[in-house]
Amino acid sequence: MVKTLIVAGNGMVGHHLVRTLRARDTEGAWRVIVCAEESRPAYDRVALSSYATHWDPTQLYLESVDDQVELRLGEPVLTVDRAARVVQTAGGTLSYDALVLATGSYPFVPPVPGRDLDGCFTYRTIEDLDAIRSRAASAGSGVVIGGGLLGLEAAGLLRDLGLKVDIVEFAPRLMPLQVDEAGGALLRRLIEDMGVKVHTDAAAQFIECGSEVDDVRGRFSPEHRQLRDSNPVEGLTLSLSSGTLLDTDLIVFSAGVRPRDELADQAGLVKGERGGFLVDEHCRTHDEHIWAIGECAAVDGRCYGLVAPGYSMAEAVAEQLLGSPQAFPGADLSTKLKLMGVGVASFGETTGPLDVVYNDPATGNYAKLVLSDDAQTLLGGMLVGDTDAYGILKASVGSPLPAAPLALLAPAGTSSAEVELPGSAQVCSCHAVSKHALCTAIHEQELTDVPGIKACTKAGTGCGGCVPMLNQLLKKELAKQGKTVSKALCEHFTQSRQELFDIVRVAGIGTFSQLIAEHGTGRGCDICKPAVASILASLGGGHILGTDQVALQDTNDRYLANIQRDGTYSVVPRIPGGEITPDKLIVIGEVARDFGLYTKITGGQRIDMFGARVEQLPLIWKRLVDAGFESGHAYGKSLRTVKSCVGSTWCRYGVQDSVGMAVELELRYRGLRSPHKLKSAVSGCARECAEARSKDFGIIATDQGWNLYVGGNGGTTPRHADLLVSDVDSETLIRTIDRFLMFYIRTADRLQRTATWLESLDGGLDYLRGVIIDDSLGICAELDAAMATHVESYADEWAGVLQDKEKLARFSSFVNAPAQPDPSISFREERGQKVPVLLGLPGRNQP
Amino acid sequence: MTAMLTSTWYPLCSVDALEPERGVAALLPDGTQIAIFRTHDDTVFALANQDPFTGAMVLSRGIVGDKAGRPVVCSPMYKQAFDLRTGECLDDPARNVTQYPVRVVDGVLEVELS
Ligand code: SRM
Ligand SMILES: Cc1cc2nc3c(=O)[nH]c(=O)nc-3n(C[C@H](O)[C@H](O)[C@H](O)COP(=O)(O)OP(=O)(O)OC[C@H]3O[C@@H](n4cnc5c(N)ncnc54)[C@H](O)[C@@H]3O)c2cc1C
Ligand code: SF4
Ligand code: FES
Repeated sequence: MVKTLIVAGNGMVGHHLVRTLRARDTEGAWRVIVCAEESRPAYDRVALSSYATHWDPTQLYLESVDDQVELRLGEPVLTVDRAARVVQTAGGTLSYDALVLATGSYPFVPPVPGRDLDGCFTYRTIEDLDAIRSRAASAGSGVVIGGGLLGLEAAGLLRDLGLKVDIVEFAPRLMPLQVDEAGGALLRRLIEDMGVKVHTDAAAQFIECGSEVDDVRGRFSPEHRQLRDSNPVEGLTLSLSSGTLLDTDLIVFSAGVRPRDELADQAGLVKGERGGFLVDEHCRTHDEHIWAIGECAAVDGRCYGLVAPGYSMAEAVAEQLLGSPQAFPGADLSTKLKLMGVGVASFGETTGPLDVVYNDPATGNYAKLVLSDDAQTLLGGMLVGDTDAYGILKASVGSPLPAAPLALLAPAGTSSAEVELPGSAQVCSCHAVSKHALCTAIHEQELTDVPGIKACTKAGTGCGGCVPMLNQLLKKELAKQGKTVSKALCEHFTQSRQELFDIVRVAGIGTFSQLIAEHGTGRGCDICKPAVASILASLGGGHILGTDQVALQDTNDRYLANIQRDGTYSVVPRIPGGEITPDKLIVIGEVARDFGLYTKITGGQRIDMFGARVEQLPLIWKRLVDAGFESGHAYGKSLRTVKSCVGSTWCRYGVQDSVGMAVELELRYRGLRSPHKLKSAVSGCARECAEARSKDFGIIATDQGWNLYVGGNGGTTPRHADLLVSDVDSETLIRTIDRFLMFYIRTADRLQRTATWLESLDGGLDYLRGVIIDDSLGICAELDAAMATHVESYADEWAGVLQDKEKLARFSSFVNAPAQPDPSISFREERGQKVPVLLGLPGRNQP
Repeated sequence: MTAMLTSTWYPLCSVDALEPERGVAALLPDGTQIAIFRTHDDTVFALANQDPFTGAMVLSRGIVGDKAGRPVVCSPMYKQAFDLRTGECLDDPARNVTQYPVRVVDGVLEVELS
């Protein structure tokens, strides 16, 4: 008999229960109905603040459930009749065999008079953020009430929306639950350094409708003022218990959450002392058919406001529904966050018998370890500023200290890779994945990269905080298997590509021979030679067929064309942005006809001509160069194409000239040699006809300017690009791309595209932003100069060959019969064009 | 061994026509294609030009270098390595290629035909 499970609430935890049950219920014992109050699919509330970087709700949506699950969106449970075992919704009466309450929490708004005025918000749902955004569009300032974790997230959002921000906190310090006084003091300083004003020891007393706030502080830009004039916002005045009056345009309440247990009274369920459905360690209420999980559950009286404990509850209940009596194992309340760019982490106990404190106001780092009284066992601690040691420390709670305290605390004092964790240590707390489970997966599934680990174990797919740990663990485990994760480029160089790049750049090395003589061994191979050739070319090493370089090039670069399966080559002239005149189209047609080449429109918005023999290449290119074409670098690890959509010139939806921008970008970056090929596209509006988000750098026009997305990929492992900056003008756009590309060229591995490079970059997009926008490494000027050099020194490679007898001589078929066509090449016809006839494989050969 | 007695040396080109650490293709009188390589120490080698993995006449266009101390060329198609001295395929012994004896006489490169 198939039984019916009803889940009330489609938040993160309810959703997790349904997914877990669907995955484990292989017999199909349960039919599942989800009654959801919110009318959109389940989404990642933990990542809610990231919504403000894209305003695209679909990016927050969690993996969908299969169609065996009946999702009733926008249809909350109104009442529960326990005796009849039915719930009532607006849609009708539904019977259940098991009912799981996963109704979450609501934001607590303190009873401050005026809290219902226009301009007062909470911070919990996508709709909340939309409302804040629309108010912020015509606002100049905002106040956040509550200086805890969520309050700081809200403050970060307001700041990113361009408002001047004040935070009001009742306690004597920010994040009173996570950090101590000293940590709080540092946190406050770091946050005030960002222009946010912090009021501690202050309670909100009342809110009044002010007359329209004058721009006394002169903080509105002219556009701002215009907006306000056309759409006046009634200002608010907030009075604090300290006597301070704050004039502001919007207020966000972030003063904690309360469990949504309103069904308890009606249904006759018992509540915990501080609210929440009271449940036992199995998350079961006193009614054996009803469970509660997530933030609405008071497990043995205690509510948990984090997602990880909710997930463990969901898993415990899923197991029970399938017949095994699993209990909620208790929760790890460790957190690691980046709030407005400041790292804050706490784990285990934050007070205890013995402390080791490291406090360095100069670098903005504070750390505290709590130890057992014999100083042997780590009980917990907190970090403010540099939180790199979090992973290793958190995983060591309850175990002997993995290294001397100071070595663990001083920033960069330890590479946690050298520290050995116990197997039981939980590395990913979001998905409760232990080190042991990770190691087993790495060995048994033969995983070799972090994306593989994510797919297999789910570790790293929650808050992402554990990803650096995953990286380190993977390296170690691979090393154990003898799979050297050596960064050596190949047998000739022990260095990685990045290290070789720095050596060449800093030591000013100009040739491969010099590099291998001074820093490598042997003569080189098909791996290091092209890699070094690319490095030399990135650093402006002259024509790639120069005497020093020609021997290094793989066949495509060697012949400035792409080799095909019969040993002939293809010819791809550059067609910037895909824009081409009829005259040039005719030239391509004529050349293809005269040389008998097969023609095809490529996936990169240009035309490929196939079937050219080596000795024909210069003749074909002579015609093309004379007609104004240049190399399209289809053969190079370099910029391929910048695709475009037609954009505002013709398209009725276009908001910017996407073709013009694509042409400009393609001309700017043409010929730029890089660790792997680079692709780009520019779309004229959000409809995205140019598919820019699948590109290494993609640009989408907005009515304000341009959004820049980076790290996209089509190909084998598609990846959508991430939004790096939005609404920037053309100049900022180009400067940002310049730096992005140069930083990638300097630091990526051989044949690593920007997508995998970005994924493997410790600190990810935030780190990248730090480097190329905030100049955190102080290298932006250098990156800019490097790109300027590239742009100035660009010269067409094919024109360079045609002007040089020595280079031309290299395009011959046979050394003893230079102009004789290779007799083994032949063609047949298909659909009106020539296609190759392949040779059979040679018979057995004697050595 | 009789082959030795009846073999002839066939001149192909001036050795200066070969660039160090690169290859060129040459055409023998019977239409056979060979790939000739010159290494950094000016030693010359010749192998069949046909790539045994794809059938294409391209080995002369591979990258010349060394693997575990053996002088090799890597096929430009799928990068398998061949020992320049013997034609042995380092990646798959079933795909060795023919090796041709070559010598330089008065600056002229000659291949032995048998
Ligand atoms: C000609 C073309 C197919 C076509 O007829 O449309 C093509 C042909 C080749 N592609 Fe491609 N790709 C072509 C567009 C694409 C696209 C579409 C695009 O650029 O918008 C993609 C997916 C986008 C992307 O790269 O993210 C694409 C993803 C690949 C990949 C997989 C890359 C990856 O990161 O997974 C490879 C393999 C590689 O580079 O390692 C590849 C490799 C190749 C190579 C170079 C394979 C080879 O070594 O022989 C092909 C030879 C090109 C030639 O002979 O001219 N091609 N290839 C397209 C040339 C576009 C151009 O004008 O330059
Ligand atoms: C901005 C923000 C940042 C956060 N950051 C973190 C973080 O970094 N780490 C962390 O661990 N946690 C974080 N949290 C907390 C985390 O989001 C919650 O712990 C988690 O969402 C709880 O999941 P839940 O399913 O119990 O509740 P919810 O996600 O709130 O879902 C409950 C759902 O039930 C619905 N509902 C309520 N009543 C009914 C009814 N009668 N019938 C049907 N449906 C009903 C609600 O509308 C809601 O959709 C953050 C929260 C916010 C708002
Ligand atoms: S993206 Fe599409 S809709 Fe927008 S301008 Fe380009 S072609 Fe037009
Ligand atoms: S700890 Fe959050 S994803 Fe692993």
